[in-house]
Amino acid sequence: MLFYLFAGAAVAGALLVVSQRNPVYSVLALIGSFFGLSGLYVLLEAPFVAVVQIIIYAGAIMVLFLFVVMLLNVPREDAAEWDRAHPLYRPMAVRIGGVLALLLALELGWALSRTAGLGGGVADEHPAVSSVAELGRVLFTDYMFAFEVTSILIIVAMVGAVVLAKKEK
Amino acid sequence: MSIGHYLVLSGLLFSIGAAGVFLRRNLITLLLSVEIMLNAVNLAFVAFGRQLGTVDGQIITFFVMTVAAAEAAVGLALVIGLFRHRESLNPEAFTSLKW
Repeated sequence: MLFYLFAGAAVAGALLVVSQRNPVYSVLALIGSFFGLSGLYVLLEAPFVAVVQIIIYAGAIMVLFLFVVMLLNVPREDAAEWDRAHPLYRPMAVRIGGVLALLLALELGWALSRTAGLGGGVADEHPAVSSVAELGRVLFTDYMFAFEVTSILIIVAMVGAVVLAKKEK
Repeated sequence: MSIGHYLVLSGLLFSIGAAGVFLRRNLITLLLSVEIMLNAVNLAFVAFGRQLGTVDGQIITFFVMTVAAAEAAVGLALVIGLFRHRESLNPEAFTSLKW
């Protein structure tokens, strides 16, 4: 029952993100969606992922988005003519995009409906591995190389962001 | 709850994110839709990890989150730069490289 509560929150938040005209509301709706997903991670017995989801995603990344939205003062941007029209009356490319999105959803549903072995509880076969100690051990042994590459990625992103955002001379 | 429930939810969220990328004409909303898609994939990873009783699904989720943070930082810096040039967030305004 809790699953449907959290799943409903996640889907409703995502739908609001896509349908809102004001980016500030979009960001806030996405934070609500992340709280629903975090509850789902708790149900999947992955408490550390749930906490990281709140702290990193809702706390850091979304604040960055909110900061940029307010810095640029974009709400007035959404009052433009191109956003007013009904989706079906928009230019051709956008209409084809809607068809593509619908096609993707249908295809995913079709693939899932044809896959066997999806019944049965997710926690039936194996005990949960949810201790942070085990998580850290695997991260720093089996995934050592990927972890180090990730640190390089972070440095590149940091330098890139500074270079892109600084004032041109 | 079976793994099928989680996969259907993951597919639904991914489709919503893809629809946002295809339909919206606002750079900030496009980036937010990409975040929705990344989170849908994260949910599938964690659900599979729980089903198989391994820790790998959660670890890959951390890597996805790191990439998402890097993507958000660079993407938002690009958005700020573009907004300075054209005073607009509509992707239609940035077609100088279009043939």
